[in-house]
Amino acid sequence: MADRSPSFDQVSRRGLIKGGVAGAAVTSVQAKAQVRGGAENTAAEPTVQRVPITLDINGQHRELTVDTRSTLLDVLRHDLELTGSKKGCDHGQCGACTVHLDGTRTLSCLTLAVQAEGKAVTTIEGLGSPDNLHPMQRAFVDNDAFQCGYCTPGQIMSGVACITEGHAGSDAEIREYMSGNLCRCAAYPNIVAAVKQARGEMEG
Amino acid sequence: MRPFHYDKPATATDAVTNFRPGAQYFAGGTTMVDLMKLDVMKPARLIDISGLEKGRYDFIKWSGKSLRIGALTPMTKLADDDKVRARVPMLSDALWLAASPQIRNMARIGGNVLQRTRCPYFRDTSYEQCNKRKPGSGCAALDGGVTRHHAVLGTSDKCIATYPGDFAQALVALDAVVEILGEDGPRSLRFADLHVLPEARPDRETTLAPSDLIIAFSIEDADFPRSKYLKIRDRESYAYALASTASALRMDGNTIADVRLGLGGVATTPWRAREAEAALRGGPATEAQFARAADIAFAGASTTDENAFKVELGKRTMVRSLLETARMEG
Ligand SMILES: Cc1cc2nc3c(=O)[nH]c(=O)nc-3n(C[C@H](O)[C@H](O)[C@H](O)COP(=O)(O)OP(=O)(O)OC[C@H]3O[C@@H](n4cnc5c(N)ncnc54)[C@H](O)[C@@H]3O)c2cc1C
Ligand code: SF4
Ligand code: FES
Ligand code: FES
Repeated sequence: MADRSPSFDQVSRRGLIKGGVAGAAVTSVQAKAQVRGGAENTAAEPTVQRVPITLDINGQHRELTVDTRSTLLDVLRHDLELTGSKKGCDHGQCGACTVHLDGTRTLSCLTLAVQAEGKAVTTIEGLGSPDNLHPMQRAFVDNDAFQCGYCTPGQIMSGVACITEGHAGSDAEIREYMSGNLCRCAAYPNIVAAVKQARGEMEG
Repeated sequence: MRPFHYDKPATATDAVTNFRPGAQYFAGGTTMVDLMKLDVMKPARLIDISGLEKGRYDFIKWSGKSLRIGALTPMTKLADDDKVRARVPMLSDALWLAASPQIRNMARIGGNVLQRTRCPYFRDTSYEQCNKRKPGSGCAALDGGVTRHHAVLGTSDKCIATYPGDFAQALVALDAVVEILGEDGPRSLRFADLHVLPEARPDRETTLAPSDLIIAFSIEDADFPRSKYLKIRDRESYAYALASTASALRMDGNTIADVRLGLGGVATTPWRAREAEAALRGGPATEAQFARAADIAFAGASTTDENAFKVELGKRTMVRSLLETARMEG
């Protein structure tokens, strides 16, 4: 144990060697020949892998089998027909796909469905219903906080999180902590007003 | 997206010992999923490390003035940590000014430092030329491309891609150390030695072997209450830096006892401005001194017509960041 650096109290070197002799010894030479970077290519093309997952979606227990490549957004929209979450850019740049994963706001377009295994997903469909709107949904209606409405489900999911995270203290803070949700119609001033209105109701 | 196998090992040891060529670690996945959709990254196997040992690598620990942060700590958690904000605001600033709240909830700090460049030709495989993506293919940026966002420091005639991250500038300025678990066991590395200059081989970005797992970052002396991260970009929020400065000062009366400078948005790797620091140490904290140091920091800049503005912008950002840091309580 003398060769163990003191800061590595969390990792057992012995366990590492014991567990890994068989596989690691063979691959280490190959693995090391390559330095990190480039396009991390590989010769052998793997086959499609489908795996079973369980999710809690808006309070409902769901079991399904997904291709490892499927994003949570595609599973929600295509497999589960929950089309409230929108695909704006599919690359993390717009926020239209925002959902809550175990209560934290998350981009479903950059989340693989397999990553959500065992987690609770809340989408706009789970927030309120047409005759029983969530305070944030009502605030968006009251304040005209949308025009075309495409970004709105993401804005609302983000708005709720913005308040529960405690980042809705001032207009400037709301703007900063809502900046992950773009709006091509530029309804921004009304969105800030809606978040403020809902903050009063959610906290009060 | 190409097919891949998905593994979720229980322990760090399992992750490293079962590593095979073609595999890649997967933390928050915000860089990986983005680049896999673009067919820029093509892993045969993803090793999801996000839940290793039930959060064992998600921690923020102080011991005296030393700080140690687990590599799987979410960006949000570190950005919002009260003690970090009070004692080394630069670290928190560099995180909350990055990406968006959603991405910061997903991304982990280990993945953050290894994020890839946003050079549009690297991201778009319809361009044949990109030495970083395809060694030896040329550089579409240097060959008449749009280069407004590209680097002016640390470039080579093979690649001028900017290192896009913010947090790494604070780590490099604070002399952080990277704790790694590799096939031969644990080891550590100066953060300054993690990333490598593009030189002749821009596809080589770090000194890590593919199976090396980052476990934690440690900073021996993280007590810099007088520090900040200033980020200048095309829009107020949710954009990469055009120029940024992580600056920290320790004053002895009116004399600069210690100064740290990390420059972002302008260089090919996380960039420590050591000569500028040396020029400032032992002198007064005046605007004239800061301007002289900024000239030194950018003396070696190499520009294109489109990114030449970054030299002046980078200098002004550095001077403003130092002036604002000097005005903080220390
Ligand atoms: C729209 C958008 C805007 C953004 N804006 C900014 C910005 O302004 N500033 C900024 O700094 N960043 C920005 N980012 C980048 C973002 O911060 C990174 O994508 C994120 O931090 C990566 O962390 P991750 O955990 O998701 O990494 P992953 O995608 O999981 O991994 C990234 C890389 O690191 C490797 N890796 C991950 N963890 C480890 C580990 N522990 N050990 C070894 N290897 C590991 C992976 O194999 C992979 O190669 C932005 C991203 C997007 C999509
Ligand atoms: S600058 Fe670098 S990343 Fe961009 S095209 Fe040239 S080689 Fe590729
Ligand atoms: S669709 Fe997910 S961020 Fe745009
Ligand atoms: S309302 Fe149209 S995009 Fe926001």
